[in-house]
Amino acid sequence: MSTEATDAPLIDVENLSVVIDRDEGVVRPLNGVSFRIDAGQAVGIVGESGCGKTMTSNALLRILPPGAKITSGHIRYRRKLDEQVVDLATIDSGSAEMRQIRGGDISMIFQEPMTAFSPVHTIHNQIAEMIQLHDPMDDQAARRRVVELLDLVGISGPDERADDYAFQLSGGMRQRAMIAMALASKPRLLIADEPTTALDVTVQARVLKLIQRLQRELGLALMLITHDLGVIAHTVEYVYVMYLGQVIEEGPVVEIFDNPAHPYTQALLHSIPSLTNKDKRLEPIEGSVPSAFALPTGCPFHTRCTKQVGDKCKRQMPAHVEVSKGHYASCFIHTEEGS
Amino acid sequence: MLNYIIRRVLLMIPTLVAISVLIFIIIQLPPGDIITSRLQELQAEGQDISEEQIEALRARYNLNDPLHIQYFKWIGGILVGNMGYSVMYGQSVNNLIWERLGFTLLITFSATLLTWLIAFPVGVYSALRQYSVLDYAATLMAFVGLATPNFLLALVLMYLGYEWFGIAVGGLFSPEYASADWSMGKLGDLLAHLWIPAVVIGMGGTAGMVRIMRANLLDELGKPYVTTALAKGLHPIRLVIKYPLRIALNPFISTVGWMLPHLISGAAIIAVVLSLPTTGPLLLDSLKNQDMYLAGSFLLMLSALTVIGTLLSDILLAITDPRIRYE
Repeated sequence: MSTEATDAPLIDVENLSVVIDRDEGVVRPLNGVSFRIDAGQAVGIVGESGCGKTMTSNALLRILPPGAKITSGHIRYRRKLDEQVVDLATIDSGSAEMRQIRGGDISMIFQEPMTAFSPVHTIHNQIAEMIQLHDPMDDQAARRRVVELLDLVGISGPDERADDYAFQLSGGMRQRAMIAMALASKPRLLIADEPTTALDVTVQARVLKLIQRLQRELGLALMLITHDLGVIAHTVEYVYVMYLGQVIEEGPVVEIFDNPAHPYTQALLHSIPSLTNKDKRLEPIEGSVPSAFALPTGCPFHTRCTKQVGDKCKRQMPAHVEVSKGHYASCFIHTEEGS
Repeated sequence: MLNYIIRRVLLMIPTLVAISVLIFIIIQLPPGDIITSRLQELQAEGQDISEEQIEALRARYNLNDPLHIQYFKWIGGILVGNMGYSVMYGQSVNNLIWERLGFTLLITFSATLLTWLIAFPVGVYSALRQYSVLDYAATLMAFVGLATPNFLLALVLMYLGYEWFGIAVGGLFSPEYASADWSMGKLGDLLAHLWIPAVVIGMGGTAGMVRIMRANLLDELGKPYVTTALAKGLHPIRLVIKYPLRIALNPFISTVGWMLPHLISGAAIIAVVLSLPTTGPLLLDSLKNQDMYLAGSFLLMLSALTVIGTLLSDILLAITDPRIRYE
């Protein structure tokens, strides 16, 4: 996929853990997450709410909420400036170096474009700020670039729309403007955190197509975070399935859909309606996501799993093993001892 | 925008007319009038006043006219800038008020300035470093400040000023300057006296404003647009100033106009305690003594300032907040 000469991934996250110290106790939203994204590759991260998807993306940019900190792991990122690999997990989150990477190298699209824009600044003001932050230029040049970007994301009358406030645009237009802002400083990695969840169904598909088209045309790496398997099916090449702050299955998108290996992924796929098989009843996943204050021991999914192989599910974390080429899962049904 | 302002100004007219009628009715409501009570005072002192003198007085204050004629005479006078005559002070209301307005504005203005200079930085710091030692200290001080009655603080400061520095801190001038002409010495003397009322009046407001500033900013700091701006790579200090702080100021802007009536009526009790030559005690006295023209003019001025202040606030808010402007 990658057109880069080098084989090193763009970003390589290894065993990343985050804890949040709260008055009520210690929360562990990430427990050793590992994944990698190559330059120009589109990757999906899937999971229910509370599985740590958003925490992962915030950790990459080091914009974790107060009280949260990275306790272990590495985020090796090959930066635009000099192709140097830097570890974003250990870099000072307040440093100029980190600020340069935010927006300039890795940028983000958020779930709620209405509240993600400031209500009292125009779209132009906020996009131009992003441009000038990473590429100092005069106001007229920045203005031309803003209009160019709005045109690129398919906003008609970009020159007039630029002076609108977020609340004057429709939901779809707002998300397009958000995408324009994310692309403003020519990032290498675009993180889209539930980019279509807040939109009307009819608009969702168009915004998704836009993201996909821009990703290919601009050669961006894409990290698409969603709870909606339908969203990733046609957008990404490779999928990571997360549960309670861990990656429990990963593989090429077709493999995940056709041969899901982890009971959680299987249950997730059974819980979405199918157009081709209308007689099949939907099967919800039993129980609910355990509290992040009291994580289960052993396999995190054992409290809801219908395919337990014995007592060790409760005691031991299964290894992440290859079940077919490039397709990995963490479940005892695939380890030698388990079968 | 211009249409909006014109419409609002036109709406002010019926509002003020209604308020003036209400005020006039209210000051007429208590039984008796100031002439009767004045008369009783004089008779108690053993003075004899003839019927003609009483009639002359009543005629002079239009007390023999029917109520609605009295109202029109009063309001007509105000429209041409004559607010009537105070029986209690034996002076025109205009004189009484103008004489004190300057000092009142000076004191309220310096108290407000002091309030803002302290409350804004402390409130912002408290929000940015929530639950830090200094935040807890600021919170404690704010609650103490809110819980202490201002007049008590005034008394304490007066006592301490006298005990420690040997100065009489009441009033705005030392006796030797009180009736002197303006000079550098008198100005210095004024400044030496000004800080006590400024601190006393400002303190309650400062405490309250620290809490409001902190709460407003904390609300805004949790908003998604802050995360967006952070993810752009903006420096945290520039970010706070440009986005959340700017929006956290809107509630202030929407109430800043209410300061206008406060300029005149504010801190009457403290002014009494500190014997300040301001309008507050004058208003209090006029109400106690049924000095109808003085009280009426005061109340009308306060109402007019409230209405104008609200309009100013709304216009300012429309300028700073596009969500209001485009509604």
